[in-house]
Amino acid sequence: MATRTVTYELGTTGLDAQGNPVRVPLRAADAGEPEIPTDHMLINIGPQHPATHGVLRLVVELDGEVVKRVIPHVGYLHSGFEKLGEYRHYNQIIPLTDRTDYLAAMSNNVCLALAAEKLMGIEITPRCQVLRVIACEISRIISHLVWAGTTAIDLGAFSVFLWMFQEREKLYNLIEAWTGARLTTSVTRVGGMMADVPDGWAEQLRAWARRFPSVLDEVETMLSKNAIWLGRTVDVGVMTAEEAIDYSLSGPMLRASGVDYDVRKDRPYLGYETYDFEVPIGEHGDVYDRYLVRMEEMRQSTRILLQALDRLPDGPLNAADPRVVLPPKSRAMSDMEAMIFHFKQVMEGVAAPVGEAYMGIENPRGELGYYFVSDGTAKPVRWRIRPPAFINLGALPKMCEGHLLSDLIAINASVDIVMGEVDR
Amino acid sequence: MTTLNSSVATLQARFGESIRRAEISCGDTIVYVARERVHDVLEWLKTAPGEQYNYLTDITAVEYRDRERPIEVVYQLWSIPRRVHLRVKAELSKDLPLEVQTVTDLWSGANWMEREVWDMFGIRFTGHPDLRRILMWENYSEGHPLRKDFPLRGRFSRSEQVRQALTADLAAHYSMEELSLKEAAPLLPEEMRRRLETE
Repeated sequence: MATRTVTYELGTTGLDAQGNPVRVPLRAADAGEPEIPTDHMLINIGPQHPATHGVLRLVVELDGEVVKRVIPHVGYLHSGFEKLGEYRHYNQIIPLTDRTDYLAAMSNNVCLALAAEKLMGIEITPRCQVLRVIACEISRIISHLVWAGTTAIDLGAFSVFLWMFQEREKLYNLIEAWTGARLTTSVTRVGGMMADVPDGWAEQLRAWARRFPSVLDEVETMLSKNAIWLGRTVDVGVMTAEEAIDYSLSGPMLRASGVDYDVRKDRPYLGYETYDFEVPIGEHGDVYDRYLVRMEEMRQSTRILLQALDRLPDGPLNAADPRVVLPPKSRAMSDMEAMIFHFKQVMEGVAAPVGEAYMGIENPRGELGYYFVSDGTAKPVRWRIRPPAFINLGALPKMCEGHLLSDLIAINASVDIVMGEVDR
Repeated sequence: MTTLNSSVATLQARFGESIRRAEISCGDTIVYVARERVHDVLEWLKTAPGEQYNYLTDITAVEYRDRERPIEVVYQLWSIPRRVHLRVKAELSKDLPLEVQTVTDLWSGANWMEREVWDMFGIRFTGHPDLRRILMWENYSEGHPLRKDFPLRGRFSRSEQVRQALTADLAAHYSMEELSLKEAAPLLPEEMRRRLETE
């Protein structure tokens, strides 16, 4: 990169002979004809920048205002979750999953429990299945709400952010009533759930779900045919179907490009095959189609929520397997056998059989996969997170090539990254 | 699903001895492939009309607590048209250099996945266009964190970590020239430069 040294005289005030202030104009010394550099410029964005949605650092090579090359630098939030998991019992890993994709904490909890159950061969109860579906779909809605709000802010529409966060707040109140926490929920346990929903909770969620689509209508009225929104998103950051598969994209990023792959439909878990819902598929693979796909996914998730509430069965919440499910506290304090199970589970953990299990679920950002390898002890040999945000972000350089710098902001927003998950 | 994935039989017919063994764990089929043939096997699985494993879900590695066991590189494949999952593994003996051929020419998405495996396990992917660390910083000198001989709290003491952070050559990491690697070669750490130049 060529460097150019320009010296400036300082514009200081002084007094002339008459006592009037003398102003020296601020100008470049020996300016002459301005030299316009034609070589490429490197611009650093982040790691602390509101439009990078976390501690993402992008180094951008620009030709004028056109992006020639983007080099993402990740890892600023690396916490070694996978390493930590190797030193913990399966249930002790659940709090770590809250902190990876913290916008969809409940969905991560569910995936971890499912992976551990697949490894250990545990059947869960019907009530637990339906509650987990509710947890997953609430997570999806919350995550897409944050996505829509922050992306709209990046592209200059502030009110969408307020509308979306208002709805998110109502859902967080419900989550708090259920789990006692808003973001770090740790709602599942291997073989069951941490707690059942409180009385009247289902009715509150139903009331919310009936009203919520009208908020989406408002937002779509504001954005879907808005000239500015269209100008900033249509034909920006296009990925064809072949490219999307080539880059292993998943979730709305993949489906906006027209690839019909949704883990809920293609490899159903938690009985998703019994729910009536559509998977929205885009055509053009641009930022606008990703917006449409996510908006429609919120509507479909609301449909699933209402169906799940209708069928929420009574009955036990946790699997009847004293090896893995803690006995109720009252029994642990009064019954010798229950106390022994309690003690052994807490002190020794649950030993998983030798083997390995990969469990992929459809997270808001794409296919989240937890891969456990066990050597027969209570702690996994390897806990791998297949991070959808990380893998989707890998396509950012490809999507931004040839676009304007301002489009980079729109494209980066459309990837919907959560740095907690990218860096893990 | 307790039967082997049907791709195993066709793989054995086509690649013979290179398909070391196959097994089922928790309903998923795992195929162990000789490491020299991993690229060929994956290319065939991706393109053969009857297989169509066109979606690379994940690449990762596993090291066992038993130090005698080889390190495994794990490829999770998915066929979008056929809706079938297959896990392909290559065992890398610890006596030999940890190397396997890259699959970035088959799937562009493998780029970051392989960089992460290199960063965390120290497995080199030969022919990778840009094999730099990704989650740790480039002049991180404590090794590869997910290896079993790497202590949970890191290899260096807290005071040594602080000392290294304070004496680090910030220009080598933070300057923009570092990124256009050619011009910035003299600024790069010795080890990284050697690695990039041998590619």
